[in-house]
Formats: sequence, C-alpha cells, structure tokens
Amino acid sequence: MKKFIHDLVVKDNIELNDQYFLLILKGNSPLPEMLPGQFVEVRVDESPTTFLRRPISINYVDYTTNEIWLLIQIVGDGTRKLSTLKSGSLLNLIYPLGNTFTIPDGKNSNLLLIGGGVGTAPMLFLGSYLNDLGYKCTFLLGGRSKSNLLQLSDFEKYGNVLTTTEDGSFGEKGFVTQHSVLNNRDFDAIYTCGPTPMMKAVADYALKNNIFCEVSLENTMACGFGTCLCCVTNTTEGNVCVCTEGPVFNITKLKW
Amino acid sequence: MVDLNVNLGKIQLKNPVMTASGTFGYGLEYSDFFDISRIGGIVVKGTTLRDRQGNDYPRMAETPSGMLNAVGLQNKGVEHFAKNIYPLIKDINTSIFVNVSGSTVEEYVETALRVNELDNIPGIELNISCPNVKEGGMAFGTSCPSAALVVKEVRKVYSKELMVKLSPNVTSITEIAKAVEDEGADSVSLINTLLGMAIDAEKRKPVLSTVTGGLSGPAVKPIALCMVWQVYNSVKIPVVGMGGIMNARDAIEFILAGSSAIQIGTANFIDPTVSVKVLEGIEEYLIRHKFSSVNDIIGALEV
Repeated sequence: MKKFIHDLVVKDNIELNDQYFLLILKGNSPLPEMLPGQFVEVRVDESPTTFLRRPISINYVDYTTNEIWLLIQIVGDGTRKLSTLKSGSLLNLIYPLGNTFTIPDGKNSNLLLIGGGVGTAPMLFLGSYLNDLGYKCTFLLGGRSKSNLLQLSDFEKYGNVLTTTEDGSFGEKGFVTQHSVLNNRDFDAIYTCGPTPMMKAVADYALKNNIFCEVSLENTMACGFGTCLCCVTNTTEGNVCVCTEGPVFNITKLKW
Repeated sequence: MVDLNVNLGKIQLKNPVMTASGTFGYGLEYSDFFDISRIGGIVVKGTTLRDRQGNDYPRMAETPSGMLNAVGLQNKGVEHFAKNIYPLIKDINTSIFVNVSGSTVEEYVETALRVNELDNIPGIELNISCPNVKEGGMAFGTSCPSAALVVKEVRKVYSKELMVKLSPNVTSITEIAKAVEDEGADSVSLINTLLGMAIDAEKRKPVLSTVTGGLSGPAVKPIALCMVWQVYNSVKIPVVGMGGIMNARDAIEFILAGSSAIQIGTANFIDPTVSVKVLEGIEEYLIRHKFSSVNDIIGALEV
C-alpha cells in the first residue's frame, strides 16, 4: 500500500482518564485506505527529548467524515506532549504502515477479539471493519479496573462485549485469559493485542485448542517503514521487522 | 542554474546529497515519498558475505537529540543482494554504493569482489567502523595497521570508487584517514556512530540487548564537524561528511568544513523527504550567496 506523509488537523482531543486520551484527526484531503492492524508514525515535535516519531495503532477510521482516531496511553514524554494537543493544531503522520489481520472466509465464523489496556485500540478498528463486512464479533476487553475499560459504547456497536477487571470493579474479576467465555473452545479465530504476557497467554490458549490466532506486537521503532531494522522480533524465518512484516503475526510464526 | 556536481575521486556525483547506510534501506522504501533519483547518491544497508541475523531486540534507544542503535549488520548477504535487490535498483538514476562489512579481511575481499561484478554499482563504502558487531567492524577501523591492511587487500581486487567509512571511536581519526589514503582509498566518509549506552534506572538494566550501541543524530554533529575539518586538513582525497545532519544549514556547515558530499542518516527516519529538502536548500544557499558551483564552498571555512 502506498504510504503518505500528511498534516492532519486535530479535531478533538478527549481525555478518557488520567492515563488515556483519544485524538480525533481530520484530513484536509480524502484519507487513503487503511486496514485494521495498521499504524501511523506521528511526529511529536522537534524538541530534543522527543526526537523520533511515535508509532500509534489506528483505533478507528471514518471515511465519510474523513477522520482517524488514535487511542493513546501516556507512557513517556512523547505521549504526554501529544496529550496536550489543542483542537485545530496540526499533527504530521506517516501512514498507513504495517500489515493487517487475516479475515476468515466464512461469514458465520465465531471470532473473538481480545484487547488489554491500550491494546484494545486496534480491536475497535478491526471490529468495525469486520462488522461492515457482515461478520459477528465477540470482544473480550480487560483492564486493571472499570476506569481502564475504554470505548465500551463504541465496541457495543460492533458486537457482543465481555469484560474483565483485575480488581473486579466491572465484568468478571481477573485477567482476560481467565474469562469464562474461554471455556467454550469453538472459536474459529482469535485476534489479540495488549501487554506481552497477556498475548502470550492468549497464544497458549489458542495453540492448545488449535485455534487460528493472530497477535499485534508493539515493539519500539525508529522509522516505521522497514529501514532502521530496530523493531525486529524473532520468527521461524529469523529476525523480521515488526513494522513491515507485522505488526500482526500468526502465533505459529513467532519465537517469543 | 548552479553546478552541483562533485568529485569523489573515481566518480562524480550529480549533487552532494547522499543517504547514509542503514538509514535508507535499498532506496525503494522511500520511493512512495519522493523521486529518489533526485539525490546524488544512496549507500545501501551494510552488506556482508553471508546472511546475518543481527542482534537481539531491543536494538534502539531514543536519547536527547539522537538515538542509539545496535542492529548488528542484519542483512541477507551479498549474494542475496546481487540476485534479488540489485535488479530492482540498478536502473535508478543515481549513484548507488554498497556498504561492505566483514569479520575478517577475507570476507571484506570476497564481498567486494562480488560487488565489483555489478555494473551499475559505481562504488563501495568500506565499513571498518561498525560498533555493533563482536568481530570485525570497528576493530578494523580503530588501529592504523588493521585499517591499512583491509583497505590494501580490498584495493587489490576492487577497481571502482573505494570510499572508506571511518570510526570516531579512536584517539586520532586523522591518523586512520592518512593510513587508508596511503593504501589507495579514493575517498573517506565520516563519522560512523559514536559508542554509547542507555540505562533503564527502574529496571537497573541496559536499554539495548547489547548493552552498548552507536549514537547518531544531532547530538553528535559538533563532534562530526570537528572530525571532518581535521580529516579535510590531513588528507588529499575527498571527504564525505555526516553526523546529525537534519537540514540544509547543517549540510552546508559540513561542506564548509571540507565535505565534498554529505550523507543524511537518522533524519531520514523522522522526515523521509529530508534529503531532497537538503538538496533544494543547498541550491538556494549557493544562489543567495552568488556561488556558481558547490565546489566553491567545499572547505571554504574562513578561519
């Protein structure tokens, strides 16, 4: 897919809680096609401490309003600066980057989308995309507590939403991998993004039950388009760039 | 119109703007962003005789005004390059250099021999300065006898432009530059990355899997400028300057310090179109200062 460098307008910057915010960006020209799983590289500013771009997964795309949503967790200087962006300011993006999830053939497939923390971000885009294609999805979303479960009303538009919280303040208590829905072992495919231990636990479950499973990795990267070779993950084919060969990988390919 | 042609010894570049090895892939990765044939030269990713997997993740740390990398020369080997990459890039209308590295003198020689067979590769950049490999790499570039030896042996088998990339991690870069000049290098490029490290205090661990890595970006620019100036004043062969160039003004500083051409590295990650902006900025500078040729400002620093 052709990559673009565009300045997008910050239409809205919504604080979701003390850790998370949602940037709604609007294109001045029609947005290029983007696929679920893909990401953008945003230029924070030109200050010495946030020198490199930040890779952010695409949370949602609306071609009718020409908007891209980015759900961002504040983890360092770069994301903290992004959290202060004012409506009307410009944000420079390189996009769309990376590969996409594999969409199954059968429309009646039983699909489970598991997201933890900021890893729920690409699951909304995937869910909306699958919904548009006529698939039915089940979302399983996890967070530390109720306030960390984000965008639930958005997810509900695209499928059945199940939740877990570590403190039991909402949904089932525990980790996503402890949710009772996983007692059914008849999923045709599982897609997941979240903290590495969570994704590994999901991958173990899928492998044991012989379920097709793809994970979305979020390794640190400098360029985002396959030239710095910094974001590699070890696979059955050796070290490959997460930014170009991923971020979505079939679990049978990963040696993690 | 100003004359942007520059001379690197055995070849001329159509303009002084090159992209640095390991920051521009094989060029094609940037073709969505601009017409890559506009720039004077492309140095492709470090190439070795055999496939190398590189170092473990994490390989990168962001640092103030720069970044550390510890890629470790990941590449699929020169044969893969010759068979699979070369056909895709050989007709790009710019000068394409292969950055050649090795663990032994024999590996450098064999790799250079294979590249010599590729008609549309007018030169190699001999990498005797990679800080991220256990054997070879920087070890060759940090002593005069070993730097001289590898250049001497490669020179015997390689007839085209032989540019030697120098390490800043030395006591005297001018001594190394003179040693490789004496063995027949056509030009020198500098600086490769500076050895550095980053620590995660919370975890009490190094950020990089290799503990140390190579520092690049604007943080190294004053060091690079100084070394370019020192080397320019010590050797007769052309100098190709690099180290933290982010814009045309940076590039012009390197040319004034004695660079016949410049390479843009880390900046490509942040603005993929930076090299063509630098080219336009150099042209604008020459016109504004009424120079007819870029050669009028090479080493033109008034001291």
